[in-house]
Amino acid sequence: MKYTQGIYPIIRKKAVAAEIYDMTISCPDVAAAAMCGQFVNIKVDGFMLRRPISICGIDKEKGTLRIIFEVRGKGTKALSQLSEGQLVDIVAPLGGRGFELLEKDKKAVIIGGGIGNPPMLPIAQHYGKNAVVISGFRNASAVILQQDFKESGAETILCTDDGSAGRKGFVTDALADCLKKEKPDIIYACGPSVMLKRIIEQAKNAGVRCQVSLEERMGCGVGGCLVCVCRTIRDGEEYYAHVCKDGPVFEAEEVLFDD
Amino acid sequence: MTDMTRLGIDFAGVHFKNPIVPASGTFGYGKEFEEFYPLSELGGISVKGTTGSRRNGNLPPRIAETPSGMLNSVGLQNPGIDHFIAEELPYLKTKDTVVIANIAGSDADEYRTIAEKLDKTDVDMIEVNISCPNVKAGGAAFGVSCDGAAQITKIVRSATKKPVMMKLSPNVTSIADIAKACEAEGADAVSLINTLLGMRIDIRTGRPVLHNNVGGLSGPAVFPVAVRMVWQVANAVNIPVCGMGGVSSWEDAVEIMMAGASLVQVGAAIFNDPMTPVKITEGLSEYCRTKDIMLKDIVGAVKPW
Ligand SMILES: Cc1cc2nc3c(=O)[nH]c(=O)nc-3n(C[C@H](O)[C@H](O)[C@H](O)COP(=O)(O)OP(=O)(O)OC[C@H]3O[C@@H](n4cnc5c(N)ncnc54)[C@H](O)[C@@H]3O)c2cc1C
Ligand SMILES: Cc1cc2nc3c(=O)[nH]c(=O)nc-3n(C[C@H](O)[C@H](O)[C@H](O)COP(=O)(O)O)c2cc1C
Ligand code: FES
Repeated sequence: MKYTQGIYPIIRKKAVAAEIYDMTISCPDVAAAAMCGQFVNIKVDGFMLRRPISICGIDKEKGTLRIIFEVRGKGTKALSQLSEGQLVDIVAPLGGRGFELLEKDKKAVIIGGGIGNPPMLPIAQHYGKNAVVISGFRNASAVILQQDFKESGAETILCTDDGSAGRKGFVTDALADCLKKEKPDIIYACGPSVMLKRIIEQAKNAGVRCQVSLEERMGCGVGGCLVCVCRTIRDGEEYYAHVCKDGPVFEAEEVLFDD
Repeated sequence: MTDMTRLGIDFAGVHFKNPIVPASGTFGYGKEFEEFYPLSELGGISVKGTTGSRRNGNLPPRIAETPSGMLNSVGLQNPGIDHFIAEELPYLKTKDTVVIANIAGSDADEYRTIAEKLDKTDVDMIEVNISCPNVKAGGAAFGVSCDGAAQITKIVRSATKKPVMMKLSPNVTSIADIAKACEAEGADAVSLINTLLGMRIDIRTGRPVLHNNVGGLSGPAVFPVAVRMVWQVANAVNIPVCGMGGVSSWEDAVEIMMAGASLVQVGAAIFNDPMTPVKITEGLSEYCRTKDIMLKDIVGAVKPW
């Protein structure tokens, strides 16, 4: 099985920051197939389209998946009102390409911007002490996952736009400092596209491989409807790749951003 | 496995084991959905619209949610007819389901070329999209006038012996007149409805949600429009009608069949639940067993006031 559709119980749910929820779903068959960087497509009662949410934790032994989401609109609002014991209908695990993990002893810099942080946790757990995690948030009330990142063994650098927690400034400033100290083997990033665009430039200038996870509005989630495109370069030509099937993770040099 | 013995339909000379067909553009080339069920459970598959050569389609965002529906502006992204024939068709033909090629062109010549190429393959049927609202040239332009619809029907008809099904646009004053024009030029069937042209604006930014500004509305929101149009067309022509637009349950399938559809396509509902086509088939099977009827007996069975 690559992916499936099923109805599974929520076994844990809690608010972790302002309008941000942490949910664990018991879905052994999905957890068994899931890989780092993939996502679940969740049905929300009363809405036509499913909501894609990244996988933030995979526990193959317990058969669970963990997701963390922010209330952005009506769909995520409804999702946040579900409670432990209730069922969710998911299509998962989706994403034809997740993060490629190198050997554990390679050096990785992992960067998450805001709600782009959750998919980065499994990467940090893979590299442990060989990883530096840079996470950026608007302000202290939006900060999530710092304890989890610390427990992974990684070095953590917290940045907030207003300096209300950690260092003041953007993740790109912290990345510049890291790159001055030591050249990592790989950089991973997920977050707003302005942030990704800047990180891709920094990685390119430093000559470091970089993988980014992209977001786009989705229909089917499996490659059948072609709505979730992002502009990429393939065989030297511009190609509209599909985030759900060709991604959500792309190599930095594949991605084209609008000017 | 569903008992399909009561669900068989002969449509434009092609036998379908059941009348449920995923709609063009919502089901890729089928492969992506084999993770959910064997494609042999489907009556047929209408594959993604294919043009003469590769098209990139429109910029994203290409989808917007609407009350009980959605807008799309894919703009016919596809790898082109030669790729379809070489890479997708042979595989699909091993799947024990009817394969319907859906084609589109920006001028009459493009429709002719594609139809000629498909004529030499073992595809089962050709659905001719003259109603795509998301491309600038051709597409919908042919589907909104009787002359345009007749012109493309005539050209495709002369290019192939395969069953030809013309896919009609709802964005017209009288869809029955367009259907009659297609019938007069030798169409074997008509399918309807394609999407209704719509628009949404993000009030925070003042920007349309879709990069193409406008897009096609589909899903449950359009269902009553689809039922009405199927009914009008079925009353106007003698060729079979394939109905679609918002079908998401077996009850919807029964309703659109009563209006006059003998084949039913299911599109946007698949995004909400990929199992929809199979669930509908199971529901129809149970319905026929309970009522002790053959499904084809309900086609056009509506008793108008
Ligand atoms: C691969 C992927 C992984 C994601 N992972 C996470 C995550 O881990 N945590 C998290 O909080 N959010 C994540 N998102 C974003 C999340 O999907 C959106 O915030 C959510 O769909 C918004 O739904 P809504 O009903 O609240 O908002 P509305 O604005 O009401 O939604 C309207 C429509 O637009 C779509 N939409 C709106 N914003 C986005 C967006 N940014 N990306 C994709 N579709 C959008 C919705 O799905 C819906 O179809 C991810 C998106 C993608 C594509
Ligand atoms: C994402 C998307 C892509 C589509 N692409 C095509 C296409 O390539 N060719 C075509 O004839 N119709 C296309 N359609 C229209 C559908 O086949 C169908 O006519 C319409 O969506 C109404 O059915 P529904 O309400 O069940 O979705 C597309 C629809 C959607 C939602
Ligand atoms: S969401 Fe349908 S192709 Fe990506």
